[in-house]
Amino acid sequence: MAERPQFREARAERALVTPEGIALILELARGGQRFWAFMLDLLMIGALLVVLTLVCLFVAGVLLGAMGSSTPVESLEIVGVIWFLVSFVLRNCWFILFESGRRTATPGKRIMGIRVAARDGGRLTIDAVVARNLMRELEFFLPLSFLSYQAGQGGGGWTALAGLGWSLVFALFPLFNRDRLRVGDLIAGTWVLKTPRRRLGQDVTERSAAADQSEFAFTDAQLGAYGVFELQTLEDILRRGQPNAMRRPVDDPVTVAAAAIRTKIGYRGGDDYAFLAAYYAQVRGRLERGLLLGKRRRDKRDV
Amino acid sequence: MNAIELAGSRRFRAEREDDWAALETLLTTAEKRSFKALSDDDLVALPTLYRATLSSLSVARATSLDADLIAYLEGLSARAYFFVYGVREGGWHRLKRFFARDWALAVQSLLPETLASLALLLIGTVAGVVLVTRDPSWYGAFVPQGLASGRNPDATAASLRATLYDGGAKQPLAVMAAFLFTHNAQIAIGAFALGFAYGVPTALLMLTTGCMMGAFFALFASHGLGLQLGGWMMIHGTTELFAVVLAGAAGFRIGRAVAFPGALSRQAAAQAAGRQAALVMAGVAMMLFVAGGLEGFARQLIRADDIRYAVAAGMLTLWLSYFYWPRRCG
Repeated sequence: MAERPQFREARAERALVTPEGIALILELARGGQRFWAFMLDLLMIGALLVVLTLVCLFVAGVLLGAMGSSTPVESLEIVGVIWFLVSFVLRNCWFILFESGRRTATPGKRIMGIRVAARDGGRLTIDAVVARNLMRELEFFLPLSFLSYQAGQGGGGWTALAGLGWSLVFALFPLFNRDRLRVGDLIAGTWVLKTPRRRLGQDVTERSAAADQSEFAFTDAQLGAYGVFELQTLEDILRRGQPNAMRRPVDDPVTVAAAAIRTKIGYRGGDDYAFLAAYYAQVRGRLERGLLLGKRRRDKRDV
Repeated sequence: MNAIELAGSRRFRAEREDDWAALETLLTTAEKRSFKALSDDDLVALPTLYRATLSSLSVARATSLDADLIAYLEGLSARAYFFVYGVREGGWHRLKRFFARDWALAVQSLLPETLASLALLLIGTVAGVVLVTRDPSWYGAFVPQGLASGRNPDATAASLRATLYDGGAKQPLAVMAAFLFTHNAQIAIGAFALGFAYGVPTALLMLTTGCMMGAFFALFASHGLGLQLGGWMMIHGTTELFAVVLAGAAGFRIGRAVAFPGALSRQAAAQAAGRQAALVMAGVAMMLFVAGGLEGFARQLIRADDIRYAVAAGMLTLWLSYFYWPRRCG
């Protein structure tokens, strides 16, 4: 994203070559996002289970009240059946149903802004979704069962401890591979990506067009001080800054950047934002002309 | 002055922006509502707009330095890509194909693992029978107290007989069926998932399940109730144990692919095995549902041994012929 161009290299990006021969850049979801998405889903499932139990108890109470105590067990049967089946479906099908939907994400994932995709760029099949989610039994519920077993043993059972350590290998699997695949992802051939962003911002040069830029004239040497990296950092600062602020604090990025650039190129005068906008527009014009001639200047050290 | 200098990249954006917006609207409609919310014209336009956007992306990468614009185009292209190339076939059609071909073919392809899984179950059973017959104190090791519910070595023949023929009468049938289904399905899913650890835990699970059955059988046989127990167990057991054996087989397939990937890379092998095994597992859940119904209802309603055996044999024939009837591949 545009807000932190300086971290572009460090991000977990993977290229996917479309049949048209263009490499799309996809970004892997961060571990934290995935963890919290899972926690959110668990919370939702838990909340639904509580609601379900309450409703079942309520219905049972009403039935008991209506029928008296003549044949309580028989009349409660259907309530019990519904409770068992719905809780099973919630535990096992919540993930499968949502991930096989059009947005290929559970509600928790959607809130965290991530989605599941097939690793080969093909379509995400229902088989893959089933495979990746059944594996949760190994990754999450197995360590959990060892934990509860150990708690049952009073915390001292060495077998339980060894079992826990063994099962954690699967739970922590995503931390030990490049693509942050969990076992389910590995088996199903899927991975979890950030959902592509959706908004197109205004062109920064248009945004500042209101300010009169003709008062700024730079020499070629002044415009040549920076490369693409600095230009895009400047774009970011302009995008976040206030164009018409009356007074800026001393540590405002616009003020800081304007001072730094003024010192570097030896230029005085004008409002900080208007100066930066004008300088950005002209440097970009110059660098883009360079692009057309096959010259991409990566940063200020690239000559 | 700057208006002229920027003319290139700004005019580029001005000229193409409408196409991007149109694509974005289409995608949003389709994602928020449904594929069917798009008109025929929209469906025709979608691939064209997608390619136009891809082309815009390549142009922008080569000629524009507007990071925001490029990031937006990357995102839009990726969304459209997933949509254009990621369209799923209709749920109904998929379901029909699953039952007509895919499930049975997947089960057929697991035949070696299925045999191994079955063999482990049988070995466990035989071991259970032999050990408990020789020394009844083994019984406690194989059958957890909660599951035994009074069916212990020191129980009388009459009380054991009672559990076979009217054990369920006190409990509501449907609730028990639902409980048994969820319980067994969870075990089957466990057998599948544990297969990833080279299949070792799955093998243990199959063995212990077998041991438990064997111990049960030895206990009842020692009171001359072996035949009767067979009917009690097999009326749903042919379905349920078949499902468990298939779940174990699915686990073994994954474990085998992870341990011995052959010519494929380990990841590719695991992936191929995983998808096939998942297909089997979706069906296993359904089989267990049927088994739960048989166990909860049929077993409590049918008291005659010969009818119980007939139902058991009938179900087994049904499953075997459904799975292994020759089908055309591809």
